[in-house]
Amino acid sequence: MSAFAESEAKETFVLNLGPQHPATHGVLRVKLTMDGEYIAEAEPVLGYIHRMHEKMGENRTWAQFLPNTGRMDYLHALAYNHGYVSVVERAAGIEVPERAEYLRVITAELNRVSSHLLWFGAFILDLGGFSPLLYAFDDREHILDLLESVTGSRLTYCYFRFGGVYNDIDDNFVPGTRAFIKRLRERMPMYHNLVTKNIILMKRLQEVGPISAEMCRKYGATGPVCRGSGINFDVRKHEPYSVYPEFDFDVPVYDQCDSMARYMVRMDEIEQSLRIIEQALDKLPEGPVMAEKVPKILKPAKGDYYHAVETARGSFGVRVVSDGTNTPYRLKLRSPTFSNLSLFGEASQGMLLPDALALMGSLDLVIPEIDR
Amino acid sequence: MIDYLREIISGTWSLFVGLGITIRYFFQPVVTVQYPYQTLPMTPRFRGHIELVKDEETGETKCIVCGMCQKACPSNCITVNGEKREGVKGKVLTEYTLDFTKCSLCGLCVESCTPSAITFSKDYNLAGVTKEAYIFDLKKRLEAKN
Repeated sequence: MSAFAESEAKETFVLNLGPQHPATHGVLRVKLTMDGEYIAEAEPVLGYIHRMHEKMGENRTWAQFLPNTGRMDYLHALAYNHGYVSVVERAAGIEVPERAEYLRVITAELNRVSSHLLWFGAFILDLGGFSPLLYAFDDREHILDLLESVTGSRLTYCYFRFGGVYNDIDDNFVPGTRAFIKRLRERMPMYHNLVTKNIILMKRLQEVGPISAEMCRKYGATGPVCRGSGINFDVRKHEPYSVYPEFDFDVPVYDQCDSMARYMVRMDEIEQSLRIIEQALDKLPEGPVMAEKVPKILKPAKGDYYHAVETARGSFGVRVVSDGTNTPYRLKLRSPTFSNLSLFGEASQGMLLPDALALMGSLDLVIPEIDR
Repeated sequence: MIDYLREIISGTWSLFVGLGITIRYFFQPVVTVQYPYQTLPMTPRFRGHIELVKDEETGETKCIVCGMCQKACPSNCITVNGEKREGVKGKVLTEYTLDFTKCSLCGLCVESCTPSAITFSKDYNLAGVTKEAYIFDLKKRLEAKN
């Protein structure tokens, strides 16, 4: 049996994948037209978890939207927080103290590592391997504990505020983070021995699920998906925000275009995030964590503002239009997974169903973020 | 042909390496906690539902009924009412209701409170069968504590 359909589809049937299916990680429904075991056509059906976050933002004050940002992409909540506070700070002209920016970078990168670890576990689970999930969750637990002691919650963090962060870190945070970096560095070779070098995984991922650079450009795919296709694009490097230009880190790029390349990009990104955190901890300046004179009732000047951040899944952009009142006139959220999912239909054509599920896993979909 | 055999041998070896790792971890100490028999210490910044703070001097609430928490709440789950009483400066709190069914534990109310009259509780074992069980009368809860 070859990996791709060899002839035109003759006799097809429709298969519903989801909305309640473990491999779709939430409530994504994919309408598959199958020709035997091969996919003739795949159509993602969205809207099962639409909560109108954009409209909610337009009906409440600027600060009241903050908790919503963590509920879109619950795996990398802090980056979403970061995107929204940055755009409002840009609109209102608020200067953020340096220590606050460093803390934002450290916590957001820790959150990125936790997101990649969870993706790693869940992805291998999609492919049928159970135990790597338990190892990944063991490490992720340390990050959750660190972030909980600082932010007060374990998943839907809401730590950043306009002009700084909610409160300063505790005494335990810096040594705890350093210990965690050391621990994870020691564990990474174990992950590679256990999973990356495993022959079953290699056979499932190598040369499976090709996404060309051309396709990435066409659908606007960002993040590890486009970096696995040889496009060197990372918002942190190419449109630097916050204090990212001060750190020395690489953007892992693989040009094999297959699921394995996307897997390797994320595994390398964990190491790069650890490097950023380490440098940020070394340079962490003293000082206030909140800007002075942030008005209690925020009324940014009239105008149109945009800010993009790099989340674990790609480029997340927030556009706000302010009419000078205490609520946004328009709030547009550009989420990365929506674009990344859009290419699934074209990429999966003619693929075997199990291979297409491996491809879907390698896109790292977070459904609440697609539907918003 | 040689490549094929090499792949079979290296592939089989990779499986044994993986098994070796799981066996090594099998003999290492357990990392999970047997909840509810064992629990982990809670961080001081844990965000539970809100609670009124007792003023140590008077034994009453610190709330001045300014309504800032009510305004800050994104889900409108706080109701604060007060009345003027003779001989007392400012307003006196008569009602403080938290509709926990709508609360998303964001903590914006606690941040907005100028006299620090509300704080996060450490309750996390919440279970009930009626909706009414989650409409908390925080004033009564504070009085019950006294």
